[in-house]
Amino acid sequence: MNNIVLLPVLIPFIVGVFLILLRKQVHLQRIISGVTAFFLVFLTVFITYQIYQDGIITIELGSWEAPFGIVLVGDLFSGIMIVLASIVAVACLFFAFLTLHPDREKYYFYPFYFFLLTGVNGSFLTGDIFNLFVFFEVMLISSFVLIVMGGTKYQLRESFKYVVISTFGSMFFVIAVALLYSVTGTLNFAHLADRISQVDSADSGILTVIAILFLIVFGLKGALVPLHFWLPNAYFGPPTAVAALLGGLLTKVGVYSIMRTYTLIFSHNQDFTLNIILILAGLTMFIGVLGAVSKFDFKRILAIHIISQVGYMIMGLGIFTPLAIAGSIYIIAHNMIVKTALFLFCGATEKVTGTTNLKKMSGLLKTHPYLGWMFFIAAISLAGIPPLSGFFSKFALVLAGLEEQHYFIVFVSLVVGLLTLFSMVKIFMYVFWGSPSLTPEEAKKRKVGKLLLPGIPLVIISFLMGVLAEPMFILLFETAEQMLDPSIYINSVLKE
Amino acid sequence: MEILMILTVGVLVSVSTYLLLTKSLLRVILGIVLLSHGAHLLFLTMAGLKEGAPPLLGEEAASYADPLPQALILTAIVIGFGVTAFLLVLAYRTYKEHKTDDLDQLRGSADE
Repeated sequence: MNNIVLLPVLIPFIVGVFLILLRKQVHLQRIISGVTAFFLVFLTVFITYQIYQDGIITIELGSWEAPFGIVLVGDLFSGIMIVLASIVAVACLFFAFLTLHPDREKYYFYPFYFFLLTGVNGSFLTGDIFNLFVFFEVMLISSFVLIVMGGTKYQLRESFKYVVISTFGSMFFVIAVALLYSVTGTLNFAHLADRISQVDSADSGILTVIAILFLIVFGLKGALVPLHFWLPNAYFGPPTAVAALLGGLLTKVGVYSIMRTYTLIFSHNQDFTLNIILILAGLTMFIGVLGAVSKFDFKRILAIHIISQVGYMIMGLGIFTPLAIAGSIYIIAHNMIVKTALFLFCGATEKVTGTTNLKKMSGLLKTHPYLGWMFFIAAISLAGIPPLSGFFSKFALVLAGLEEQHYFIVFVSLVVGLLTLFSMVKIFMYVFWGSPSLTPEEAKKRKVGKLLLPGIPLVIISFLMGVLAEPMFILLFETAEQMLDPSIYINSVLKE
Repeated sequence: MEILMILTVGVLVSVSTYLLLTKSLLRVILGIVLLSHGAHLLFLTMAGLKEGAPPLLGEEAASYADPLPQALILTAIVIGFGVTAFLLVLAYRTYKEHKTDDLDQLRGSADE
């Protein structure tokens, strides 16, 4: 029964390999990938339910016992993450069916889509730090291909930079793992946590250096300021379906890794490391949102907003109380869902108007009211207006910050919330208000219709997450307790 | 021996830093390649250059070498090889499309 944790990694991999063989039969590829993606949603929900019922599920690959072999570990945090990843993936897949150019579909979009999912799910489930590196690479190489697919001038130029920066980060990952291995002599998360917790705080200096090195590595993937500069340009190039997929999944894997390593492994010298995380969180939020406020391009604003939201996720980790961690996970969930929805509506708008430049469009509310109102709901959810999901995530973080007397970061987060609202309203005013830029005949021809369908379930999920905030928080508090007490994780892996 | 290895790693990393900061596509890729060599060598050194028998059951020795770093480095080398191949193709295509390999001219304009 433990083997079930392996399936979210194995199924996308096998399906991806199989789809390579079906290159020319685009229709068949669509059917298979659609069915698999839906199946993954049900499977991950089932796994998370199992974890909730029976506690942490571990599987030792090849029956090598825990500190020696590689283990996959499903705890509540990973469970929640794989559920969110598969929901985001399914929405992006159906949007890709509707918008992607047939040539891209023929040239292996679907196989690489599934390889990306393999890497993402693997990163969430692995219990071994070198295995995490390997899954990171699986994910990154797929993302390289997805980002450059199509080969326009812009894409080639920006992908090259993205690939070089990511590879540079990966090499730092190897270096950090090497240092960690030489100090602790192990790579298993649980074993590392066990050994590091026994280290005398006087000679933990080298461990703090390693911890910061890992923060740099994961911060580069998760787009923390000052390592965020690659993100806006890289995500602007590819088609919206791909940008939504990468924007929803990739940075969150970096954030997940930071939260995992800092709650479980690097539990020494927290005064120092958590302060650094809080400072980075404040900078990331603020600089990210300033970038969004200053731009006049729909897609670019959304891409830069990813950075600012990553700041909130890290802020909860920096405060480090159960409420703050629960708030962090809540905002990861909220952001993955809502950001993907916004990207999909941006893609629909691009299909209608033929541009993403805010100044070249106006008055879509008259010609395409459903698109307008759906975007509006998602946008105010991102900005944090009750009763939508954004409000409760920020509320939890602010409350936790006040309880721990981190007044400055609370102040920054509230200002950033206001600026987020401002940039969303800016999009709404330019795109949807004003006199229609399309003539009635044009508007009739360019219907959104089906393009809204992948986004609407995401908006509904965001609404439900807000209305059902109390049961959500019960689950999240349990997750946070599990994360803040590493002995649960250690005991279930090492079986002491 | 460890000191010598660490010095080699230092030289590799500094050369790769220099190459990464140059303006030619190909040199940047060479910088990435050298950086990965540096990282792998560092891994080998960090795990300790022990002398010992191969870690097999039949060898009746007092000490055994640690096989794990070598396995990990092998994995990392294979990944690095794949990424380098991809980067080379990407650089070639970029050069073909843009007719230049000067990164200064590949900056992109501010108003896109």
